[in-house]
Amino acid sequence: MQPAISIKNLSKVYATGFEALKRINLDIDHGEIFALLGPNGAGKTTLISIICGIVTPTDGSVTVDGHDIISDYRAARAMIGLVPQELTTDSFETVWATVSFSRGLFGRPSNPDYIEKVLKSLSLWDKKDDKIMTLSGGMKRRVLIAKALSHEPQILFLDEPTAGVDVELRKAMWNVVRSLRDTGVTIILTTHYIEEAEEMADRVGVISHGEIILVEEKVELMRKLGKKQLALQLHEPLDRIPIALSAYHLELSEDGNELIYTYDTQSERTGITGLLSDLSQAGVKFKDLNTTQSSLEDIFVSLVRSAE
Amino acid sequence: MNYYAVRTIYLFEMARAWRTLFQSIVSPVLSTSLYFVVFGAAIGSRIAEIEGVSYGAFIVPGLIMLSLLTQSIANASFGIYFPKFTGTIYELLSAPVSYVEILLGYVGAAATKSIILGFLILATAGLFVPLQIAHVYWMLLFLVLTSVTFSLFGFILGIWADGFEKLQIVPLLIITPLTFLGGSFYSIDMLPPFWQTVTLFNPVLYLISGFRWSFYEIADVHLGVSLGVAVMFLCACLVAVWWIFKTGYRLKS
Ligand SMILES: Nc1ncnc2c1ncn2[C@@H]1O[C@H](COP(=O)(O)OP(=O)(O)OP(=O)(O)O)[C@@H](O)[C@H]1O
Ligand SMILES: [Mg+2]
Repeated sequence: MQPAISIKNLSKVYATGFEALKRINLDIDHGEIFALLGPNGAGKTTLISIICGIVTPTDGSVTVDGHDIISDYRAARAMIGLVPQELTTDSFETVWATVSFSRGLFGRPSNPDYIEKVLKSLSLWDKKDDKIMTLSGGMKRRVLIAKALSHEPQILFLDEPTAGVDVELRKAMWNVVRSLRDTGVTIILTTHYIEEAEEMADRVGVISHGEIILVEEKVELMRKLGKKQLALQLHEPLDRIPIALSAYHLELSEDGNELIYTYDTQSERTGITGLLSDLSQAGVKFKDLNTTQSSLEDIFVSLVRSAE
Repeated sequence: MNYYAVRTIYLFEMARAWRTLFQSIVSPVLSTSLYFVVFGAAIGSRIAEIEGVSYGAFIVPGLIMLSLLTQSIANASFGIYFPKFTGTIYELLSAPVSYVEILLGYVGAAATKSIILGFLILATAGLFVPLQIAHVYWMLLFLVLTSVTFSLFGFILGIWADGFEKLQIVPLLIITPLTFLGGSFYSIDMLPPFWQTVTLFNPVLYLISGFRWSFYEIADVHLGVSLGVAVMFLCACLVAVWWIFKTGYRLKS
């Protein structure tokens, strides 16, 4: 099967001479949620805009389910729904009219039942006859999502869907996104929020200065990052780790004052309870303890730094 | 052919006209009626007939042309400029529609509005001055051709404009003067020879002349020349639009 989206050596140089994308290569599979993380100006919106036909690529190619975005743009674009980063709406239109407009524009015969379903799922149903300019920012964002979903796309781009959205609505959106994925829709979202990627994504890509610097399964990433360290400050320094505790693969600090235990937060059992009771049986006493974790955020920041 | 998309754009644009009924239909009809009152009934009765046609009736084709030109341009330019201005154009650019379909939707709607307006003004004129249409089909041909061509021209203007003032300047500073000087209110025979020659460089003259001929069989230039100029202008607009879409000029970065 073709990947949902296949990007080959994609470059973009804007008219200003600015190189926004540098030979991007990326495949996105059917049915996955892919999170594109990156700082401001990294090129996330540029990448999405090229795939959707809003910006012309300088070099390279993109196919959507095997359809080239330029030579076979009709087939490619018909599969895609786009929620843009900016809140651009037809202020004078009603919610219902603008969502129906999107459906028609994408070549679908009208289907009021489907639009009703979409509006209800986004809690917009009671606003359907309201003019868009009377809605709040968060509701406008939902209108944009409804527009993108109006033509039943198989691939959905969400360019910072939760920017400027309160926690409750963010959770609600995540639920919408998940239920979409359950119906087989491929989802690509960009975000600045690590927690969002952690919460939602199957895979995470990090982009910085127009280059993809990391693509990893989230589970794998979390396994790498999901390690936590427990440091125990001992009452009395030890010169070596007691044999009884060898199963825990502990590390002893140079001065013998600190024992360090590395464990996996993702696993069922962390082994901390066992360690503590074994420690007291072995007669090792500690006066204090602390835990540290390298988060996706840390990795992200250090990755972006090193790319700079 | 994305039939649904064409229909959607077309109906959307028509709905916009309906919503702004006053601005897009009522006000041009009203202001043109004022011309009929002033020049047709009041002053017109003191002006001599032109080639056997009363002055009030003589100016009807030119005034209809004036409305067709300015309204086609205003409608079509605004229709495409506004989404560019608000940013909603992203949706049009990302939709599975071809350029031809976009044109059919936007220009089709703008031209339809102009044609409806043309009929309304014609009907209104009939209330004030005695009308006679010698060649109905030619009249319709010029009406449609002009509406389509200048809607296309407005579409180009809307894409080119990067501010609201540019949208207004072109109709105000170019189209309106060309129409007034193109024989809306007089036959060019009335001008001194030098100005007659100058006027021949005004493309609007040919449209008005052909249109007026379809009413009263009086023309400043030969009917074939009028038609030729109209078709040439249409082709020029089509070429410009083709180039705009091919290069993404002011549409895509
Ligand atoms: N039309 C344009 N002309 C010139 N440069 C542009 C244009 N659009 C974007 N850029 C530049 O390209 C770079 C990438 O922009 P882009 O919008 O893709 O970033 P982004 O990753 O989406 O950022 P953000 O997180 O702020 O949305 C930026 O440096 C931006 O200034
Ligand atoms: Mg962006």
